Amino acid sequence: MAELLMGQSKKSLTRDTKSRVSLTGIHQFTGSEACVEGAFASGCRFFSGYPIKPALEIVERFLARAPELDATYVQMEDEISALAALLGAVWTGKKGLTATSGPGFSLMMEHVGLSVMLETPCVIVDVQRAGPSTGIPDAPGQGDMMQARWGSHGDYEIIALSPSSPQEMFDFTVKAFNLSERYRVPVAIMTDEFVAHLKDKVEIPSAEEIGLEPRRYFDGPQGDYLPFKRDEDMVPRMVDIGDNYRFHVTGLTHDDRGYPVMNEECQEYNVHSIVRKIRQYADRIVEFQEVQTDDADVILVTYGAPGRFSAGAIERARQEGIRAGGLKLVTVWPFPEKRVAELAGKVKAFVVPEMNYGQMVLEVQRCSYGDANVVFVPHGEEGVDSVDGWLVAMKRVLQEKDVKVGILEY
Amino acid sequence: MKADSKNVKTGVYCVDGDVASGYGALAAGCRFIAGYPITPSTEAAEAFAQIAPSAGALFIQMEDELASIAAVVGASWAGVKTMTITSGPGYSLMMETIGFGAMVEAPFVLLNIQRAGPSTGVPTKTGQADMMQCRWGSAGDYEIIAISPDSPQEMFDYTIKAFNLSEIYRCPVMIMSDECVGHMTEKVVVPAANEIDLEPRRFYQGPADGYIPFKPDKDLVPKMAKAGDGMRLYVTSQLHDENGYPVNGSNYKRAFTRRLVDKIRLNKHRIIELREEETDDAEVVVISYGITSRVSARGIEKAREKGIKVGSLRLVTVFPFPDERIAALAEKVKAFVVPEINYGQIAYDVERCSAGKANVVVIPHGGSGVHQPKDILDAIEYAAGEDEKIKGIIEQKTLLERKVFQEGYVVRE
Amino acid sequence: MQNAEIKTKENMEEIHPLENLLRMDRIPHIWCPGCGIGLAVSAFAAAMEKANVDLSKVAIVSGIGCTGRVAGYVKLDSFHTTHGRPIAFATGIKLGNPDMKVVVFSGDGDLISIGGNHFIHAARRNVDMLVICVNNFIYAMTGGQVAPTTPLGAYATTSPFGCVETPFNIPYIADSSGAVYVARWTALHIRRLTNSMAEALNKRGFKCIEVIAPCAMYYSRINKLGDGLDMMRFYHDNSEVRNGEDTHNLDLAFQTKITVGKFVDRERPTYTDLYKKWLSELKDKNREG
Repeated sequence: MAELLMGQSKKSLTRDTKSRVSLTGIHQFTGSEACVEGAFASGCRFFSGYPIKPALEIVERFLARAPELDATYVQMEDEISALAALLGAVWTGKKGLTATSGPGFSLMMEHVGLSVMLETPCVIVDVQRAGPSTGIPDAPGQGDMMQARWGSHGDYEIIALSPSSPQEMFDFTVKAFNLSERYRVPVAIMTDEFVAHLKDKVEIPSAEEIGLEPRRYFDGPQGDYLPFKRDEDMVPRMVDIGDNYRFHVTGLTHDDRGYPVMNEECQEYNVHSIVRKIRQYADRIVEFQEVQTDDADVILVTYGAPGRFSAGAIERARQEGIRAGGLKLVTVWPFPEKRVAELAGKVKAFVVPEMNYGQMVLEVQRCSYGDANVVFVPHGEEGVDSVDGWLVAMKRVLQEKDVKVGILEY
Repeated sequence: MKADSKNVKTGVYCVDGDVASGYGALAAGCRFIAGYPITPSTEAAEAFAQIAPSAGALFIQMEDELASIAAVVGASWAGVKTMTITSGPGYSLMMETIGFGAMVEAPFVLLNIQRAGPSTGVPTKTGQADMMQCRWGSAGDYEIIAISPDSPQEMFDYTIKAFNLSEIYRCPVMIMSDECVGHMTEKVVVPAANEIDLEPRRFYQGPADGYIPFKPDKDLVPKMAKAGDGMRLYVTSQLHDENGYPVNGSNYKRAFTRRLVDKIRLNKHRIIELREEETDDAEVVVISYGITSRVSARGIEKAREKGIKVGSLRLVTVFPFPDERIAALAEKVKAFVVPEINYGQIAYDVERCSAGKANVVVIPHGGSGVHQPKDILDAIEYAAGEDEKIKGIIEQKTLLERKVFQEGYVVRE
Repeated sequence: MQNAEIKTKENMEEIHPLENLLRMDRIPHIWCPGCGIGLAVSAFAAAMEKANVDLSKVAIVSGIGCTGRVAGYVKLDSFHTTHGRPIAFATGIKLGNPDMKVVVFSGDGDLISIGGNHFIHAARRNVDMLVICVNNFIYAMTGGQVAPTTPLGAYATTSPFGCVETPFNIPYIADSSGAVYVARWTALHIRRLTNSMAEALNKRGFKCIEVIAPCAMYYSRINKLGDGLDMMRFYHDNSEVRNGEDTHNLDLAFQTKITVGKFVDRERPTYTDLYKKWLSELKDKNREG
C-alpha cells in the first residue's frame, strides 16, 4: 500500500507541485490540500497515518510535498499505531499530524488518552463521514463531535476546531498547532467530507505574517529537569529525546518527576492539572464568529459544513422579515458557554442544524439555562442539507409563546 | 422465560462484585465471554472461566480488547447471549467495534469496571470517569443503555437485567461499575433458577424468503436471525436499508438511520430505572450513581440530622438519561448536588436538564478513592443555604482537593 | 568506566559501576522475589556498557505489564506507554530522529499478543530497533492469566483447566517477518544474554532477543514448579545452546527442552535507509523534471 501511494505521488509531484517551501499567494485548494499547507506552514514535518476515506487526499498531498520539505510520512499498520508513532515522533522535537475518519478516530481513543497524560502536543484531523461504524465512507457527517470531547476514558480536556471552508482549513490548522504547543494538549480538527473535498480560494500569507507558538522547552541543566513541574499556567516544559536529559514519562498517574505514584493525592493533583490547565483558560481558547446578533430574535448556531451556508441562510431569513443572527463556532471544544448563555438572555430561540442526530445542540441547550427555545434540525439527506429546513424551523420557533422544556424538533 | 438451573449456582455467597457479575452472566444464559485481562476487572473473567465449562459455556481470552469485542459481536450473530469485560484503557480500544455492534444491532453486554484515569492512571483504584465515554465514545450517532450497580448483589442482579435489556432493544448495554464495587466483598444471594426471569432472544420465526433482517417491529426493534439458520442474511457495518444492503446517494433513507437512535429514545420510559427517596418536599436533591450513591447516603443522613430537607435520586440506569424527571424536579427544588468520582461528567446533563431552574452543585473527585461523607454534607449545606439562582456549575472542593492544593503538593521523595 | 563520576577521597561512596544506568531514586523496584526481569535489566545495563553506546542517544520504550515497568528503572530517555504499542511509539521516535538508538523492552503479552501486529510490521519494515521480549509465559501484572506463550496444558487463572492453545514461537515469528537478528536466552544465561544485547545494540535493523525468565508469583506457583531458583535450575538442566538453529525448531512445550542461542544474524536495508534513498531519488528527479 505504501509503495502504491509513493508511486502515485511521484507522478503528481513531478507534474503539479512547485519546489517551494512556503506557498505564499492565492490558490484554489481543496479543504484537504489547505489543511496540509497549514500544517507545513506551522512547521509540521511528520505524518503517521492509515488510509481511510475521506481523509486520503490529506495523505496524498503530504506525501507529494514531503521530499522537498524533508518531511517524514509513514503509513502504519492501523490507526492505533499511527497515533502512537506520532507521539513518539513529537518527543523527538517534531510537530506532527495524523488524519482519519470516524472508525479510525475511534481506534485512536486510547492514545488520545496517552497524549493527554504525557501532555504531548499533536494535531488529529477527523474528516467526519456519515456514521455510525463504517457508515457511508464518501458522505459527510458530523457524528463525532461528542466523541472528540469524551471518546477516551478518564477525565481530560481537549481542544477541537471546526473549519467550514478551505481557507479555514488552512487558518485553523495553523491555529491547531499553536494551541497544541501552547497548552501541550492534542487538538482535533473536526472537519467533514464536504469541506475536505470542497475546492475554493485559499490565501496563504507570507511566512513572517503567520504567527507560530514555540514549543515550551526547558533549557536548564539535566539534573534539574522535572518533566511535569508546571509553570504558572499549569503547563509543564518539554525536552527532546536525545538531548541528554534522560527523563522518564509514563501513562500511569505520576508526580513532577514523571515517576508513577499510586496514591490519592497524586491522582487528584494529576487530574486537576490536566483538566484545569484547559478549563481555566477556556476564555482565551474559545473563538467564534458572530453575524448580526445584536438585534436578533433567533440565532442560527452552526459549525463545520453547515457553517458555510449560515451567512446565506441568515440573509434569506432577513429578507423574509425574520430578525436572524448567526453564531458560527470556531472552537467547538471548549464550548463557548458564556457567550451562548449571554445570547440566550437576549434572543427568543436558537436553531441548531447539524449533520447528525443531536450532539452540539445538547451543549446549546445546556448553556441556554432555559432562557431561550432550542430547535434542532437533524440530518435529513445524504450530503449537506438544504437551508430550507432551517428557515422553516426559524419561522416555527418564533411562533412559540414561551420557552418549552427540552429540545424542539419540527 | 426462566433461567436454566444448570447455569445458576443457587446459594448464598460472600464474593466480590466482579465475581458476582460473572455468576450473573452465566445465570442470565450467557454462553460466551471473550475477554482480555485488565485490572481491576480480571476477577470477573476468571470467575466465569471457572464456572462456564460445567455449564457448557465458553470463555476465551483473546489477544487484545479489540479482538474480544469483535468476537462478542460475532458470537451474538451466531445466536448466543454474550458479554465482554474490561476497564478504561481496554474500553477505549473497544470503541470502534462498539459502534459496529450498535450499527448491526447485535445484543451484547459490556462490563466496565472503571478505574482511575486518564490513560494508564492507577489501575488498582476506583474512578467513575468513563461515564460520558460510554454514551459518546464511538463515532457517529447511536444510543446505548448504561447501568450503574452499587453492590455485589446488584452486580449479580443487574448483569441479568443488562442481558434482558440488550435482547429487547438489540443494543449494547454497558454495566458501568467501578473498582470499589468490583472489589468489594459482600453477601450475594443467588436465587433458585425458576425465580430468575430472562428475556429470550427475539428470533424471527417465519420462512427464510420472507425475512427482512432490519425491518422493525412496532417497538422499532427488528426480529433477529442467526448465522446457520438458512436465512442467508447479509450483515454489514455500512449504512444499510431494511434488507441489510448498503445505501448511499439516492436511496438514502432518513427514516432508517433515525430508527437506530429512536428505538432507545422513544422507549426511554420503559428502560429508565431510578431510586428516589424523600424528593417530594426536598430543598436539595443529591443525584448519584454507583459507589458514590452509597457514600452519598451517609452524607444525606448527616444532613437530615441537621434538619435539611434533602432527597436522593439514584440513577440505576444512567443512560438513557432521565431528562424529564430531572427537569420536573428542577421546578421544585433549590439545588441539585452531584457528586461523581470524576471532574464533571453527567453533571453536565444535570445542568442541561435543570434549565436554569435549580442550582447545580458538583463535587469533583480525581479518583483513586471515594468522596468522604463530609464532602457530601458540606455541599448539601451550601446548596441549601444558597438562595441566589446561579447559572453554571458550582464546584465544591473535596477535603482532599483542598489538602493537596492548600498544603501544596510536592514531589514525593 | 564510561560515564562514572570522579569521586574524591572525601566523598567516596560505594557505587556500583552500573548505577549510572539505573534510576537509583526508584530502587527498590516492584518486581517479586524470584522474578527474572531484574536479571534481564542487569544484562541490559552491562550490555550498554560493553557496547560503548552514547547513553544520551538511546531511548527506551516499554508497554504495560511487569516487564513494562523496565522503562521506569533505566536512566535513559524512557517512555512507559500503552499496552501493546511500544513498538509503534518507538517507530515514531526512530523516524522522528533517525540518529537515536531505540530499544523496546517489554513482555510477551505486551509484544506478541496485543502488540503482535506491530511486532510483525516493524520486523517486516526492518525499522532499526532492538526489541527485548521477556517471556515468562504468563500475564503476571494482572494476576496470572494465560498468554499466547503459555505452553499447552499449563495452568493459569483464565485457563483453570489447563491451556488448550499451543504457544507462539517468538524467534520464528521474528525470523519469518524479516528481523535481522534473532536470539533467545534464558535469565540464567546472563553472560551470553549480555553479549547478545551488546552485539545487537551495535547492529542496524530490527533485532529481537527473547529472554525466558521465571515468574515465581504466578507461572511457577500455579503450575507447582517451585520458586525462581527452581526455575533457574530447570533452565540449567534443560536448555541447550544451538547457535544458528533453524527457527522452525524452537517450539516450546510445558517443561521440556529449551533451545537457546543466536539464530539469525543477517543484513537487510533498514526502513530509514530505504526512505532516505527514495527521498533523494525523488529530489533528483524533481530537479530534472
